Formats: sequence, structure tokens, C-alpha cells
Amino acid sequence: MLASILQNVINALQWGSFYALIALGYTLVYGVLTLINFAHGDIFMVGAYIAFFVASFALTTLGLPGWAALALTIPATMVLTSLVGVTLERIAYRPLRRKGAHRLYVVITALMAGLILENGNLAILGASRKAFPPLIHETVYTIGGVSFTNLKIAVIISAFLVFAFLHWVVTRTRVGMAMRAISYDKFAVPLMGIPMDNIIVVTFVLGSAFAGLAGILFAMSYPVLEPYMGALIGWKAFIAAVVGGIGDIRGAFIGGFLLGAVEIMVVAFFPSTFRDLIGFTVLLVILTFKPTGLFGVAKTTKI
Amino acid sequence: MLRYTFHILLILAGGLITWMAYEEMIGLYTLSVLMFMGVNIIMSTSLNLVNGYMGEFSCGHAGFMCVGAYVSSILGVLLFAKDKVFGAPLLDPSLAIYAFPFIVLAGGVAAALAGLLVAIPSYKTRGDYLAIITIAANYIIISVIENLGVIGGSRGFMGMKRVINAMEDVAYLPWMPIWVFLFTVFSVWLLRRYLSSTFGKGVSAICQDEVAAEIMSVNTNKIKTISFMVSSGVAGIAGGLFAYVIGYVNPGSFNILKSTEALVMVYLGGMGSLSGSILSAVLFTLLLEALRPLQIIKWVVIPLLLIILMQFRPEGIMGNKELGDMFPWLKRFYKFK
Repeated sequence: MLASILQNVINALQWGSFYALIALGYTLVYGVLTLINFAHGDIFMVGAYIAFFVASFALTTLGLPGWAALALTIPATMVLTSLVGVTLERIAYRPLRRKGAHRLYVVITALMAGLILENGNLAILGASRKAFPPLIHETVYTIGGVSFTNLKIAVIISAFLVFAFLHWVVTRTRVGMAMRAISYDKFAVPLMGIPMDNIIVVTFVLGSAFAGLAGILFAMSYPVLEPYMGALIGWKAFIAAVVGGIGDIRGAFIGGFLLGAVEIMVVAFFPSTFRDLIGFTVLLVILTFKPTGLFGVAKTTKI
Repeated sequence: MLRYTFHILLILAGGLITWMAYEEMIGLYTLSVLMFMGVNIIMSTSLNLVNGYMGEFSCGHAGFMCVGAYVSSILGVLLFAKDKVFGAPLLDPSLAIYAFPFIVLAGGVAAALAGLLVAIPSYKTRGDYLAIITIAANYIIISVIENLGVIGGSRGFMGMKRVINAMEDVAYLPWMPIWVFLFTVFSVWLLRRYLSSTFGKGVSAICQDEVAAEIMSVNTNKIKTISFMVSSGVAGIAGGLFAYVIGYVNPGSFNILKSTEALVMVYLGGMGSLSGSILSAVLFTLLLEALRPLQIIKWVVIPLLLIILMQFRPEGIMGNKELGDMFPWLKRFYKFK
């Protein structure tokens, strides 16, 4: 009994790590721009594909051993994915922001950019699924009936490290202070001599890079890639971010793990087709009783 | 007489389509494109009530369409068609011709009740948090249907063609184009009447400032509830028609992508413009069909076009104006306000 509970906890932590990693990107961008970057799930997908190409290149063309290929793949993917995110910001979001368009139009642009990434990928690479090459040898450890792999542990640890890093960036550094300032008052910030566009680019770099990292980890854990893999997980991560209280780093992190835990627990006790039903019902109930999420602060509305 | 030009033109257009479909002058393909156009018009105008006029951000509209589609197709098959699951029809199939509008309306009512799923949380939850609730509602509805094995689960549900055949047995007319046309006109009329009523004023007040509206004695909860229910109910009508046009429904076709399509139509036409929504639904359907030879690249080209549109005319085709406001000379040709 205890073993199976622990087993489920580990599974939930691993599954929640992916949600948390993607939700962190959503929440960073939202916190600074109040923009729901719906393309973020697809940036995660692009990250997984970039990882696939880099890893295949390193393994076959360069002939590197697995660990070296992994050591090359992680930074290369993070850099390339963040380039994708920044490009998106430059060509799609920034012109709209300069014009002072209603934020819903930016949201629609983001949705469309996500569709372009998905279907462009499908058009270029075809519908056949890609198998991610194994980079490290997966070892299964069993302690007292609880089995876990080194990969699972790596996923969970990296999610925690990324959270700690982002929390440090937002609360302790000058860039983070600027980010919080922008989310506090968008109009006063440029007057204080803070380069708003640069800060926004940094935000997109951070968010997309960690989406790329999530892409690598996801591809290593579930080594089948397809163009629509980012859509559903992206929507769910967004929901996780909102349940935690969007705009708050801790909220996204907790929300991601909460969603992961709910989904794993549902699968453990019910048929797996009930996963979405019960998961989303729980979230609906949470939002009905806590309208700004777990960590969200209710804003006072003035007239 | 001049003031009734619009009404006369509308009746003539409906008659012309029916006549041409009856004489088989237009092919089945063109006819089905026209019918999808009608369904899309209903979807975009009904979503415009919530997203445009009320200023909320609902991105789960397809969920309500799904409820309407399933309820009306199950009712129709249960009552008027022989089916493997439900057995013999409960009523005489020749009655289908009279009962069909009520079946579609029943789907609409069921969808309106499903709209409560969003309406009740919207009392306290606002903005992006409400957007999540709508997405969650969409997923919940699809997931419930996927888990109902009786009506086919994720395999889908069919048999609606038999109901249409039952109608054609009584009188041979192109029934689906007629019903789609009538319901499209009905839905747009309903939304127009709703928006120009006292409720409509309350809706605009909520869009401007919810707190101020409440202070000015607008019962915001009541208006939000009714608006969400009207919007989702009309979407349910669209769903019912959609199910009968295609003759097959499965929960997968009402996913978030379908909701995105509806969103695109609203923002393409302009928030807060019914005529804009109609125009954009027509354009969007035509665009989808025109780009069909491109296959998958279609879904790259359409979003790209929209992004370009957002860059150069972010308020959509019509902004928040109606056609009559943009071209005042048109006002001579219709009577309603």
C-alpha cells in the first residue's frame, strides 16, 4: 500500500515537472506583459524537435557517445529554442505592442503563431512520428517495491533547479526587479530609464529556453515526437499556471505539480479516460472558490 | 416599401437557394459549403455576444456546440429513426418533419444549461481566469461524452441521415439547406433583439466597467448568466445543425481547435459587430474552401493571413461598427434599429 502510494507520488512528481516547466514560461511572460502566450506549448514542441535534430546530428554525424551528445544537446536546444521565442516576440508581438493594440489581439496573434508552428512543422517534416534516439542508459532502481529510473529523478531535480533559478532571478537580480516593476506599472517603468524591450526579450529567452529544456526531458522520457504534442500539454500547463495564480512563479510551480498529481491519481483509481474529466473538474472547482488561483492576489478594481 | 428591401432580399435569397437545391442546379459540394457558412455564422455571432459585446474571453465555445449536436442528434434518432442502440423509433417517422425544429431547439436548450458551467463561476472569476474556466468546460464536456459508451463514446454517433430521409419521404424538399437557412436567420435575429434590449445595454455596461455597472444598479450576475446561456444556447443550435448536415458526430471534432476557429471568426469580423461576424464567417468559410488544394499548408497560410491582419487592422474588418454605421446609405433599406 505504502509502496504504491510512493510509486504514484514519484510518477506524479515526474509528470508534474513537465507541466511546471512549461507553466513557468507562461507565467513569466504573463507576469511581465499580461499576455497569454498561447504559442508557448508549441515552443515546447519545437524544442523537442530541435533536441531531436541536434541529438541525431551529434550521435550519427559527429559520432559522439551518448553523454557527450546530451551535454551538447541541452545547451544547443535551449539556445535555439529561445531564439524561436525571441523571433516570435520580435516579429509578431512587438509591433502590436508598439501600436498599443488591445491585448486580446495579441492573444489571437499568439494562438495563430502556435498554429503556424504546429502545421508548419507538419508540412515540412511530414506526419510520420520521430523516434528520439536514446542518449543515456536508463537504469531502473527498486527500493522497497518503489521503482524509479535515473531519468525520472533527473526530470524532477531539473524542475526544482529551474524553479529555484527563476525564483532567484525574479526576486534577487536587477533584471528580475525590472520585470516585477513592469508588471507593477507599465507606464512608469520607461520613465525610470529601464529598457522595457530588453527586459521583455530576457523574459522570452528565459521562458523559451526552459520550454526547450522541458522538450528535451519530455522527448527523453517519452521518445515519440509528433507536431501536435505541444498543443494539449501546453493548454494544460497554462491551466496549471492559472490555477496557481498566473504571474507568480511559485503558483506556476505548485499548479504544475498539482495538475500532475491530480492526473496521476485519477489514472491510478479510475479508467484512464476519466483523466481529463476529473482533472478539469477539480480545477473548475478550485477557480470557482478561489477566483484568482492559489497564489494570486485579488486586485482591487477602481473606477 | 424601400424599408423592407432587406427582408425581401433575404426571403428571395432563401427561396433561390431552396429552388436551386431542389432543381439540383447547385452541386452537393456548393450546398454543403453554404450550409457550413450558415453554421459558422451562428457560431461567430453567438460567440461575439460574450467575447465582443460583453468583453469576456471565452475560448471553449465548441463545447456548447458539442452538447447541442449530441442532444439533438440523439433525440432525433431516438424518436424518428431505427437504430441499433435505441431500437425502433418511438414516434411515427413521418412526424419528423414537424418535430425537427423542436429537436434542434432542444439541443439549444441543453447547451444553454451547459452554459451554466461557465456562467456560475463567472460571478466571481474574471478575465484570464474565466478564460481557463471556459477551456476547462470545453474539455469537461468532451470528456463526459467520450466516457458515455451508450452513445458511442469517442467513436462517435451516427444515424441522423435516417431522420433526414424520414423528412424527405413525407415531402421531397432539400430540408437541410432550408433548416440551416431558417435557423441562421432566427439566431441572428435573436441575438440582434437581445443586444438591442435592456439586457443588451447591461451587456455593454459590463463590457465598459463591471464595477461601475453594478453601482449603477445593473444586476451583473443576472445579465452574465443570461448572456452566457443565450450565447451557448445559440451555439447549441449551430451544433445541432452541424450534426445533421454532416450526419455524424464525434467528440473529437468539437475540441479546442474548433473553438479557436470560432474565436478567429469573431476577431476577424470585429468585436461587437454582428454584421462583421456574419461577414467574417462567410469569408472564413470561403477561404477554408479556396485553400483546400493546399492541404496542410492551408493551416499555415490562414494563421499567417490573420497575423498580418492583426498587424495592419487589429480591430478586425468592421471594428465595433455595424454595416449600417459604416455605410449610412444602407439604412434606407432596412427598418429594424
